[in-house]
Amino acid sequence: MDLAEFFPMGMGHYAIGGLLIGAGVSWLFVSTGLMGGASSFLTTVWTYVTSDKRFSSESNVSSRTWRNVYSLGLIAGAFIGVQLFGLPMNVTEVSPWQLAIGGLITGFGVRLSSGCTSGHGICGMALLDLDSILAVLVFLSTAIIVAQLVTAFGGAA
Amino acid sequence: MRPIALLQVFIAGGLFGLGLTYATMVQPEVVLSFLNFNDFGLLLVLGCATGLTFVVYQLVPKIRKAPLFATKFSARPANARSRTLLGALVFGVGWGLSGVCPGPAIASVGAGNWPVLYALGGMFVGAYLQGRFFSAK
Repeated sequence: MDLAEFFPMGMGHYAIGGLLIGAGVSWLFVSTGLMGGASSFLTTVWTYVTSDKRFSSESNVSSRTWRNVYSLGLIAGAFIGVQLFGLPMNVTEVSPWQLAIGGLITGFGVRLSSGCTSGHGICGMALLDLDSILAVLVFLSTAIIVAQLVTAFGGAA
Repeated sequence: MRPIALLQVFIAGGLFGLGLTYATMVQPEVVLSFLNFNDFGLLLVLGCATGLTFVVYQLVPKIRKAPLFATKFSARPANARSRTLLGALVFGVGWGLSGVCPGPAIASVGAGNWPVLYALGGMFVGAYLQGRFFSAK
């Protein structure tokens, strides 16, 4: 069995990128004691535009500043990667409707689940949290099934 | 939070965003290529990120009483198992359709992958609908 078969684009950039992501999540913890996925930000920004109590819980309001800064960091890091380090970036050709509908379903799901690929995937699994491990198995399985159905019916992949 | 601590949050986010870009995770095609079993790179990314974080989460609280710029190590907020798993099921549908999850959606703004803004916009709407109609009591 040849590993290259499973990684036609190579392995190095995946490993190094993964370690950089882990370094970011780890540094957040070592420096501030916070555990941060990316998706809570999707809810906490709404506390700026609605006074609805369902959004303006104490934890949402008190964490919104650092979550904004974390998201700004995500944007800055990606910008530096492409503009300064010249990392390859191909603008996606996935159709706008797939992105928009998929995004809407994703936004709803990750907030119901209280975590996404980073919150459950990286932080939760690093804590050996059983619910997070189960969540990762569930969303990976569902995503694999849906993506392969989309491919079978001729969608972008 | 002190400005010096917020600066660390920015640096942490920056490493996260740089890593996502380095690993080509800001390109939905690469994610969809994994979900279609053509390239298993995503598992390598997730494995390396989680492996390093695992070591740090497990070891650092044992050798330090407090983080460098704050008073205590915090825990992840709790969520009912049924909500966690139902939400994960819904998330998987959206992720499989678009190839975009929240971290890369945000990082794509900096990477200049503009069409992904459709997905990010959808995520804000989806998060609003969840919070408005299905928030935890």
